[in-house]
Amino acid sequence: MHGRVKVKSTAQQEEEKRKEREKKLKIYIAARDGCFTKRKEGVFDDEALQLTQQLLSSNPDFATLWNYRREILMHLETVKEVDEVQKIYEAELLFLESCLKVNPKSYGSWHHRSWVSARLPRPDWARELSLCDRCLSLDDRNFHCWDYRRMVVKMFNVPVDQELKFTDRLIGSNFSNYSSWHYRSTLLPLLHTTASELPPMQAESPKSNRVCEEQLLKEYELVQNAFFTDPNDQSAWFYYRWLLGRAELEEMISCLHVSREEEQVAVVFSRPVNVQSGCLLLVLDGQPHAVEWKSIHPRFKHSPVWICNLPPGTISEISNEHNLTVHWTEKHSRKDCTLFTGHAESWCQDSATDQELFRSELSVEKNSVLQSELQSVQQLQELEPLNKWCLLTLILLMRALDPLSYEKEMLAHFQTLKEVDSMRSAYYSDLCSKFMIENTILKMEYAEVRVFSVSDKNLSTLCHLDQLVLVTHINLSCNQLLCLPPQFAMLRCLEVLEADNNSIGNLEGLYHLPKLEAVILKDNKIATLADLEPLTSCPRLKRLDLRGNPVTQLANVESELAKLLPSVLDLLL
Amino acid sequence: MAAEDLPSEFDVVILGTGLVESVVAAACSRVGQRVLHLDRRSYYAANWASFTFNGLLSWIQQQQDDTQPEETQDWCDLLEEGEELIQLSSQSSIRNLQVFTYTSKEDEVEEASADSVNTTEEEQHGPASQDDDSNQENLENHENQEENKENQVNHENQEENKENQVNQENQEENQENHENQEVNHESQEATITEGAEPEAEQPQSPAIPSQSEPSRKKISFAQLEKEGRRFNIDLVSKLMYSRGSLVELLIKSNVSRYAEFKKVSRILTYRNGEVEQVPCTRADVFASRQLSVVEKRKLMRFLTSCIEEKDDQSAYNGRPYLEFLRDQKLGENLQHFLLYSIAMVTEDTPTEVGLASTRNFLRCLGRYGNTPFLFPLYGLGEIPQCFCRMCAVFGGIYCLRHSLRCLLLDTATNRCKAVIDSRGQRISCSHVLLEENYVHERKNVATPPRFLSRAVLITDSSLHGSDSEQEVSMVTIPPITEGAPAVKMVELSSSTMTCMSGTYLVHLNCSSVSSAYQDLSPLITTMFSTPESHDQGRPSVLWCLYFNMEDGSAMEVEGHDLPSNVYVCSGPDGELGHEHAITQAELIFHKILPEEDFCPPAPNPEDILYDGGSAPSSGPEEEPSLQLEV
Repeated sequence: MHGRVKVKSTAQQEEEKRKEREKKLKIYIAARDGCFTKRKEGVFDDEALQLTQQLLSSNPDFATLWNYRREILMHLETVKEVDEVQKIYEAELLFLESCLKVNPKSYGSWHHRSWVSARLPRPDWARELSLCDRCLSLDDRNFHCWDYRRMVVKMFNVPVDQELKFTDRLIGSNFSNYSSWHYRSTLLPLLHTTASELPPMQAESPKSNRVCEEQLLKEYELVQNAFFTDPNDQSAWFYYRWLLGRAELEEMISCLHVSREEEQVAVVFSRPVNVQSGCLLLVLDGQPHAVEWKSIHPRFKHSPVWICNLPPGTISEISNEHNLTVHWTEKHSRKDCTLFTGHAESWCQDSATDQELFRSELSVEKNSVLQSELQSVQQLQELEPLNKWCLLTLILLMRALDPLSYEKEMLAHFQTLKEVDSMRSAYYSDLCSKFMIENTILKMEYAEVRVFSVSDKNLSTLCHLDQLVLVTHINLSCNQLLCLPPQFAMLRCLEVLEADNNSIGNLEGLYHLPKLEAVILKDNKIATLADLEPLTSCPRLKRLDLRGNPVTQLANVESELAKLLPSVLDLLL
Repeated sequence: MAAEDLPSEFDVVILGTGLVESVVAAACSRVGQRVLHLDRRSYYAANWASFTFNGLLSWIQQQQDDTQPEETQDWCDLLEEGEELIQLSSQSSIRNLQVFTYTSKEDEVEEASADSVNTTEEEQHGPASQDDDSNQENLENHENQEENKENQVNHENQEENKENQVNQENQEENQENHENQEVNHESQEATITEGAEPEAEQPQSPAIPSQSEPSRKKISFAQLEKEGRRFNIDLVSKLMYSRGSLVELLIKSNVSRYAEFKKVSRILTYRNGEVEQVPCTRADVFASRQLSVVEKRKLMRFLTSCIEEKDDQSAYNGRPYLEFLRDQKLGENLQHFLLYSIAMVTEDTPTEVGLASTRNFLRCLGRYGNTPFLFPLYGLGEIPQCFCRMCAVFGGIYCLRHSLRCLLLDTATNRCKAVIDSRGQRISCSHVLLEENYVHERKNVATPPRFLSRAVLITDSSLHGSDSEQEVSMVTIPPITEGAPAVKMVELSSSTMTCMSGTYLVHLNCSSVSSAYQDLSPLITTMFSTPESHDQGRPSVLWCLYFNMEDGSAMEVEGHDLPSNVYVCSGPDGELGHEHAITQAELIFHKILPEEDFCPPAPNPEDILYDGGSAPSSGPEEEPSLQLEV
């Protein structure tokens, strides 16, 4: 047909493009070589500045050239007037802007910019701040820009409330932005720490990470708006978890136990520690004693429970009364305990209930606040019954409010969670186990007994064992436990272990338990004699029930066991 | 081209430069058809045109004394054997024009000083090329515009801008430019106030209702006239759906390179006597203060769920959409937003239509911005001109103030063999396109034409204040009384280059129930402040225009007792988008050229081969320029 516009063929275009590229490459290589030669010769002149500029504007990730450029600039600083230097650096900033347009995530360009900004005789931080804002409006997740912005904010002393408004704006335009939420979480504790004046950014963050109540309520509203708008967006939920807080445990000695017969002292700390010689001081009847502290299992360098053996004979005489004190010099914490005449043991323990130990997942907010939060999350859950974030948060809120009375609802929510988020069902099982153990500890405390019973609760893991130092009887039967972990060795007073109907194949935690007499392991997965090896460290073991374990199928198992565990009199196979 | 004759043979002759005609012209020219494109008017785009303020005033004048003496002449000497004459005459599709000026005609005496300040400012800031001649002719203005556009195009080419899309970057650059301009304007404003009332510290945000600052100077009619060329007032009121067929066509054909666009920044609605912002994106919903958290959840859930077609939805087919919304347990707030602002339908619209409309809205969200709409800088009248330009680039010939007198029908084949133009020249052609105004007399009398009611207001502040003075808003207004029409309103700020700084251009559009004034003035009186309104705390109307325009949506492409190769292009319809026009243009194109691709991408200018080898790789680009026929 006539009259049509003739267009170059693709091959023609390709050829032209190729030639163009070749030409560009030649120029590029020539300029690069020129730069390298100049640098080798130690030339720091304007031409070098020009050359590097040409190269860097087409490839801003050429670190060597940035270095060369910095060398030149530092040289110019020494030979030029301040005003001229100012001009050179201002030009440098302009040049960098063009580089950032080519690649807004170039490490080299951003690094060079912060270098230049720091050396600029009269920096214009306001301008830098607006540059950052523009970059972030184009890509609110550009972490290079976030980093640079932090530096600018610090140098410019931007007030906290202004920065908070900045995050308001970013969150307003897109609330799926961890950077903004996280930045907010660093700002809030700085805000209103003193009611009168706002501290500048570089003020050291205060010890307490808590946010004042008024601001906190605003934050709850903001974040609720986010998770009601899009409950599948995790960033808001994570921020919510942070807001609900986490009480920081005081570091201290929470329990001291002394046993006359073993002449042994056990110390329980509020968190795992590594006891170095000298940092724990044991005073017996007014006399300091040099003792050797051991963690409860050789696997642990850090442990919440440490034990020591007193020199033989120091407390073995039953008619004597002894006063024992342990000082944790580092943290100025101490515990006293008196071993009265005629008593075989004595202890001093802080109550888990009083410490609100298990509420620490969510902090110490006022009940009324938590209650209203619970209501709004419940409201969301009615609208979105299968939302995992909502369910999980609901569980956490319930636990913070009243772990025991919400137990049934919690279990139901865990069940739903495992169904809607089956990929993480094992995580939910472990979490649920933890909460069930916490509840049992609380119940045990209320009952003032030393018997710990969590049978048939679908436990998949054991935790909080440091809270069970004084327990004499433990019943773990009918759960899904796979092992007795090394932490199990913290149960210093344990006499009877019932763990039938689990899937236990590993007894590592039955390690040097001085009082352990009976171990019921019916219907488990103990397969070899080696699995039973740890039991040899328990001197008083008399009764062992291994019925329904694969190990019983081994040839000569009875005689082998008699050899391995000569103290066991009552063996059930 | 008064003396020269046109070539005597074309493939396609098109009369009228409306959107449909222009798109077909571009499409035909692009695939090598010889196109002659005529318009009897002195401006492009017919009823799709934009005018400067002064241009609009003369257009109004023209419409009011619309006497077009058609000299009947005997063309029989141009007839060949077996041919018959079909006389063409046009009829205006504009009715009931009414103009109201609510601002003082002249500046007050004390303003004179302010005014002079203003002028000097302008001389400092304004482009040197633009003479401040208020008596400038309409046509001249147009030429200026053309020039500007060409500069723009060259500029783009220089930047080697080969993007095949509506160029976001450009938009942003533009926005920056606008921001600069804004600053200028602001300083200008500041100077004015300083001159007039040196003691008053006036807030510059229009967000504050004018009531609270009675000292605020109203812009006078004289100022409007003087700044008239800052206005680009459209005869139609439409927006471009960001995934609508017009945008897709602009992208596909590379015509987008001739225009620039601005995002519509928010959707507003009028409810219980108040203007509210409609939350339609995730960020809007998050930030909304009108909605409770539970409403937020319900709205988000509805919006995400209705994207897919589901069985429970089809159960509502034929039943009102409102009923469907009610049964989704959405509260009244949400029902209003979803029905009137997002689906933009009425209470009795069937569910399937409402859902389709909602889906279309959602599909368009987020492509370019937080609303589904774009608006072309310098007004919608740019769009037909962009297609004309594309047509001219590929060899189409353009004559304004040039019409056709009659069609020559070959009685044997019932085809139009040739046309006779307004200068009496016989031009052979294979296909003819006519704008609908030429076939009025042939229309079916049984169905009287439907009309649109239009109003154009120039106001002094935005309906809904915000941090930015440069919001571009789509406002949906449900019927204010029983039986009243639902109105679609677009409020343009000066950043769209359609009005002078300090003013807003407001377009209202609805299907006519009676005259435009009767349909729209009650609403305008309540939403704005006019001499008739009671509540003065609203944006003041400085000037306003009412008119009715024939609704082009019912026009058939063929028939009308015309030869089989003559097609009729309809004028603007009442819908917000451009689907009707673009669909019709594609339909006509395929009737003319069934085998050809509709508007394939135009090649980059440097890839075009000219006679005698490749284009010069350097130097100014040789692109055939748009011919202006006078």
